[in-house]
Amino acid sequence: MAHMPTEAQVHQHTAPTGFIRKYIFSVDHKVIGKQYYFLAVFSVFVGMILSWLVRIHLVWPNAHIWGLNALSPAGAPGGVISPEYYLSLLTIHGTLMVFFVLTTAPQAGFGNYALPIQIGAEDMAFPVLNMLSFWVTFLALCALISSLFVGDGPPISGWTAYPPLSAVGRSAGPGQGIGQDLWGISIALFCAGSLLGALNFITTTVDLRCKGMTLMRMPLTCWAWLITAILSLLSFAVLFAACVLLILDRNAGTSFFLPSGLLVNGTLQNHAGGSPLLWQHLFWFFGHPEVYIAIVPGFGVISHVLSVFSRKPILGYKVIVACLLGIGFLSFTVWGHHMFLSGMSPYSGFLFSIPTLIITIPATIISLLWLGTVFGGRLRFTTCMMFALGFVSVFVTGGLGGMFLAQPSLDIFLHGTYFVVGHFHMVMGVAAIFGMFAGTYFWFPKMFGRMLNEGLGKVHFAITFIGVYCIFMPMHFIGLEGMPRRYSSFVNDLMQPLMPVHKFMTIAALITGASQFIFFFNLFWSMYKGPKASENPWESTTLEWTVPSPPPFDNFGGKHPVVYHDPYEYGNVQNGKDYVMQTDPAGQPARSQ
Amino acid sequence: MGKAFAVALTIITFVSVAVFVSRHWWFPEVASAHGGAMDHQFAETFVGAAIGFILAQLCLAAFAWKYGERKGDQRPIRIFPGGAKWLVVLALIYVGSEIILLEFVGQKVWAAMYFTPAAADSLQVQVLAGQFAFYFRYPGPDGKFGPSHTSRIDETKGNFFGIDTSEPGSQDDIVTVDLGVPVNKPVELLLNSKDMNHGFYVPQMRIQQDIVPGMEIPLHFTPTKIGRYEISCNQLCGLGHHTMRAFLEVMSQEDYQKWIVEQASLQ
Repeated sequence: MAHMPTEAQVHQHTAPTGFIRKYIFSVDHKVIGKQYYFLAVFSVFVGMILSWLVRIHLVWPNAHIWGLNALSPAGAPGGVISPEYYLSLLTIHGTLMVFFVLTTAPQAGFGNYALPIQIGAEDMAFPVLNMLSFWVTFLALCALISSLFVGDGPPISGWTAYPPLSAVGRSAGPGQGIGQDLWGISIALFCAGSLLGALNFITTTVDLRCKGMTLMRMPLTCWAWLITAILSLLSFAVLFAACVLLILDRNAGTSFFLPSGLLVNGTLQNHAGGSPLLWQHLFWFFGHPEVYIAIVPGFGVISHVLSVFSRKPILGYKVIVACLLGIGFLSFTVWGHHMFLSGMSPYSGFLFSIPTLIITIPATIISLLWLGTVFGGRLRFTTCMMFALGFVSVFVTGGLGGMFLAQPSLDIFLHGTYFVVGHFHMVMGVAAIFGMFAGTYFWFPKMFGRMLNEGLGKVHFAITFIGVYCIFMPMHFIGLEGMPRRYSSFVNDLMQPLMPVHKFMTIAALITGASQFIFFFNLFWSMYKGPKASENPWESTTLEWTVPSPPPFDNFGGKHPVVYHDPYEYGNVQNGKDYVMQTDPAGQPARSQ
Repeated sequence: MGKAFAVALTIITFVSVAVFVSRHWWFPEVASAHGGAMDHQFAETFVGAAIGFILAQLCLAAFAWKYGERKGDQRPIRIFPGGAKWLVVLALIYVGSEIILLEFVGQKVWAAMYFTPAAADSLQVQVLAGQFAFYFRYPGPDGKFGPSHTSRIDETKGNFFGIDTSEPGSQDDIVTVDLGVPVNKPVELLLNSKDMNHGFYVPQMRIQQDIVPGMEIPLHFTPTKIGRYEISCNQLCGLGHHTMRAFLEVMSQEDYQKWIVEQASLQ
C-alpha cells in the first residue's frame, strides 16, 4: 500500500548552526543516533571492566586491584573486593549491559540513525521528542553511575532487584540505601526515555515512508525496529510502574512488595500485605519482552547484512516478517519461565512453558532462513559479514540452551546455576553484541564518511569469536555440576574442583576483553583518519546508500526519493552490477523471495 | 577468512559436543526417587539439542567454506531449493516434535513434584531460611508444630524459629541446624523465610525451590542414598548469600532414630 506524504510531514528545520545545536542539543536523528551509540560504547566499556573485576575476584579473591580502594574504600579495602562489593559490581554490570548497551545502540542507536533514511524520510516524526528521549536516557545513566560514588555504593540485589532485599532499605545490606534508590530512579528515567523513543519509531514508520516504500518493501531492519518499538511501548510502562512502587515501598512506607513479619537484622519491619512475587511478575512481564527488544534489532541487521554480503535476496522475506511478529506477540506470554521456582502456582509454570517452547519455532525458522540465504551465495567476507555469520552461530548455541531451561522439570536443577548465566550471555552478551558490531562495521562509512580498517576488524572478530565460546560454553558445563550463580566465592568443597574451569574462563574473558580495544582503537582512529568512504562502498540496494557519506542534515537534500523495488535485489548481473538500487526506475528485479 | 571461520567453527562444535558427551562435568549422582526421570528427560533434550547444534553449525561452516566469492566470480547465485517452504516445514517438525516430547510427555517429573501432594506418611520438617542460615524444626512425638512467629525470634536465647514456648504443642518441637532424614522415606519440607527471598537447592536430590517470606511453600522428595549433601541458598539474599548453606544428612532408619533422640535432648 503506497503512501503519499504531504509536503509538511516533518517540521522543516533548517540546517543547524553553532556547536551546541549541531552536536549537543540536536534534533537531527543522525546526531541523536550517534549520541545513543556513544552512550552505549561508554556503557559497554564500563560494563566490561566490571565483568573483569567480577571474573578476577572469582579466581583471585585476594587480588589487590589498582584504583578500587580509591573508588570504594569500604567495598574494596586495599583494593581487595569484599563479598558485598562483588554483588554491587555484578549488579551494575548487568544493569549497564542490559539497559544502557543492549537497549540503546541496537534500537535507539542504529535505528535512529538509519530508519528515517532507509524509508526515505528527512527525519523522525518528532525530532524534538527524539532529542528529549536521548537526554532523559543520559540522565538515567548519570543516576546509575553516580551510585558507584555515593553512600555505601551500588545496590547488591542484582539487575533483577528482587524485594524484599531491594525494598526494605539499608538494613538489608550495604548499597541497599541510597544506591538502590538511585538504581530505581535511573531505571524509571530509562523507561520514560524508551517510551518516548518508541512513540517516535512507530509514528515514523507508519507515517513517513516515501512514495513506493510499502511496508513490504521496507528493509528487514525497519521491520525489526518497528516491532521492537511496539514491544518497548507495551513493556516499559510496566517496569516504570514497578520502579515507582519499589521507590514508594522504600521511602513512603507502602507495602506493595513486602509481607508482614519481616525480621531484618533483628528489627521487625512495619510493612504488611504485600507480595515479593508481585515484583517478579511486573519485572519479568517487562523483562522477557526486554530480551527480545535487545535481540530483534539484531535479527533485522543480520537478515539485512547476510543478504548484502551473500549477494542474494534474503530467503523468505515475508516469512521472516511473520516470524518477527510472532516472536513479538509470544514474548508477552512467556514471562513466567523466569519464575518456575519462584513460589507461584506450579500450574502456571506448566502453562508458561508451552509458549516458551513454541517461541522456538519462529526463532528456528529465521535461523534456517539465514542458512538458506547464505547457501549458494557469493559470500563477501567483510568484517561485517563475519560478525553476521558469527551471530548465526552464537544465536543457535544460546537458543538451544534455552530449550533446556524452558522445561520446568529441568529448571528444577538448572535454575540459578551457571547454565542460565551461560545461556543468557550467549544470546545477549554475545549474539546481540555481534549484531551491534555488524551494524557498526556496516553503517560506519555512512555515519562518518570514512572506512573502518578491515585488517583490524578481522583480528577483532577472530579473537572475539573464539574468545566468547571459551568464556561462555564452559558455563554450561559447570552449570550441570550445580554451580550456583551470584556467589562471590565458593566456600563449599563441592565447587572447588571446578576452579580450574573458572580460571580458564577468566583468562579467556581478559584476552577477549583486551581484543575489544582493537575495536575501540579502530573506531576512534578511523573516525578521523580512515580512508574516505564512497556513497555505496558495500554495493547495497537500500536508500541510505543513495545519499552521500555522511548524508546532509536533511538526508536527501530536499528531494523526495521514490522507490521501485524490493530491498534485496541482489544476484542477477545486469549493466555490470549484481544489484538493483531500490530507487532505480530502470532495473529488472532479481528473482524475488 | 571464510575458510578459517569454517575450520574454527567446526572445531568449536566438535569440542563442545565431545565435552558434554564425555560427561567430564555432569550432574552429580542422583540420590532421590524422582531424580532418574529428570536425568532421563535431560538426556532426551540433549540428544535433540545436540542434533540441531551439530547440523546448524556444520551447515554454517560448510557454506562459509564453499561459497566464498572468488575474484572475477560471475557464477549465478543459487536459491535454496523450494524457497522458504521446506525450511519452515523442517522447523515445524523439529521443534514440534521436541515440544510434544518434552512438554507433554516430559511433564511427568514436574507433575510428580508439584501437582501431587506429599505422601500422607511423609516426615514433615519445617525449614526457616534467613540471612544467612537455615534452621530446621521437627514436630516431635505429638506430630504437630507449635505456633511460631518471626516476632518471637530471639537468636541470643536460641529461639531461631520464634516458637511460642508457652504453648503445649511447642514443648516437644526439635530445632536443628542440620536436616537429618531417614533413607527411602518420603519427606515433606515446609519452606519459610524470615526476611528475604532465599533458595533451597540440593543438586544430588534434584530439588530446588525459592523460599518467599509471607508464604509457606511445600517441597517433597524421597531420598534414596545415604550420605551428607550440601543445601545451598540459590536466590540472592544479601552479602552472605555465598556462605548460606546447611547439610542434608540421609541416614539409615536406626541412625536417624538415634540422631533425632539426640537432637531432642539438646533442646
